[in-house]
Amino acid sequence: MTRVVITGMGVISANAHGLDEFETALKNGVSGIRYYEKLKELGFSCQVGGIPQGVEELKREYFSEEALMAMNSSMLYASIAAMDCWKDAGFSLPTPSDETIHWETGAVIGTGIGGIDTLGEKVIPLINAGKVRRLGSTAVEQTMGSAASARIGGFLGLGGQVTSNSSACTTGTEALVNAYYMIKEGRVERVLAGGSEGSSHYIWGSFDAMRGVLSSKYNDQPEKASRPMSASAAGFVPSSGAGILMLESLESAKKRGAKIYAEILGGHVNCGGQRNGGSITAPNPEGVVRCVRKAIENSGIRPQDIEAINGHLTATMADPIEIKNWQRALECSERDFPYINSTKSLIGHGLGAAGGIECVAAALQLKNGFLHGSVNCEDLHPELEAFSERIVRKTIEKDVRILAKASFGFGDVNGMLIMKKWEG
Amino acid sequence: MEQQEVFSKVVEIITPFSKNEEALKSVSNDTNILKDLGVNSARLVDIILAFEDHFDIEVDDDSADKVQTIGNAVELIAAKLSA
Repeated sequence: MTRVVITGMGVISANAHGLDEFETALKNGVSGIRYYEKLKELGFSCQVGGIPQGVEELKREYFSEEALMAMNSSMLYASIAAMDCWKDAGFSLPTPSDETIHWETGAVIGTGIGGIDTLGEKVIPLINAGKVRRLGSTAVEQTMGSAASARIGGFLGLGGQVTSNSSACTTGTEALVNAYYMIKEGRVERVLAGGSEGSSHYIWGSFDAMRGVLSSKYNDQPEKASRPMSASAAGFVPSSGAGILMLESLESAKKRGAKIYAEILGGHVNCGGQRNGGSITAPNPEGVVRCVRKAIENSGIRPQDIEAINGHLTATMADPIEIKNWQRALECSERDFPYINSTKSLIGHGLGAAGGIECVAAALQLKNGFLHGSVNCEDLHPELEAFSERIVRKTIEKDVRILAKASFGFGDVNGMLIMKKWEG
Repeated sequence: MEQQEVFSKVVEIITPFSKNEEALKSVSNDTNILKDLGVNSARLVDIILAFEDHFDIEVDDDSADKVQTIGNAVELIAAKLSA
């Protein structure tokens, strides 16, 4: 039976670029949320967000001038994370004349929204002004759903299936579950998998327009704005970035002598059918419970084996519901509930990137024996008081063996992945 | 504008799109933009747009299609400039 392991990772998020910086930021509770004047000028209620810092300089180190002419923010983040992941997995970046094709490596790199900045800043204004001829050749490749994976496939010379999935805020986690099964089925040896989301006020504005979905009461205290599990949580903070992991068959990893972060034991994705309390924007609890149980079942573990959860936990009113769904699925008392934290408390909600970035956080925690503090929930939500001991508010050293990561998204879709510490 | 000046600017505009540094070093009017310099054919559109912007000219699609070498581009631009 094919076993699947994580052999490389790359991350660029609001609070860090690279694994070392990200781990330090997680451990020290470094927030990447900042106030952006532009959002105020545009009349947004939520004027804070998460944008990876220093990308203007970074992109010139990574990409040629020609490549940069055809890369929007989502593609930039995805490609930086993918190239970092590639190197971390022990491969070298191809030189311009390198014609090698990695037939046994694929990519599933999703996005929730995609190249909306290219649409908003170039395609729509130029076409509406009757200047289609001024658009140039690069609009399609930046706005097609597979923009990020297509770019990365070319940069690295990937020869397996190269695709992009999209399932709203479940995207990144779904990409990893899909990649896991691609390898499990023996279709390919390795897959670069994860998600990315660009930083665009067109994305954030669309959420702002939903009124009450985004955090709008902490514009003057950006680092306090993302408050998962707190009584004062009143919406999520929109964010951006990318998190990409190299999933690989254990056999291939061993053959290459690759380092291993963790083993993927199993996972599941499903949909609650937008029935029984579920809707386009809310989860049917039954769907969540089934997703968790299926993931446990196909991981060959028992519910009580899960020692920690990296939750979806966005800082909306859905947080207490999420934790109760977990409890129902795991059939445990509050006292026996796994440790739980929310990476979004530090970096906001990366939408299509969330699952990828948070899976990197999850694997780092497993490998290096810690659980990062979930900040801004000193005032725990009253419905979560009974879980108080299990909610990690300050980073702890903890050797967790099995950790569950879940993401939930618009469309009533659920995704869950179960990872096990690699013990050789 | 001198032909030499146009030539230099054409090469400068095409340089970031070129995949062949060696060919770029010995670039001449006979250098084929796609075959010798390894420029991605889709990017010819962007190169023509850059010509239009820099030289303040308009290049119709038929004329653009005829540009294969650096010399073709220089001739096209020089003709537009003297028109």
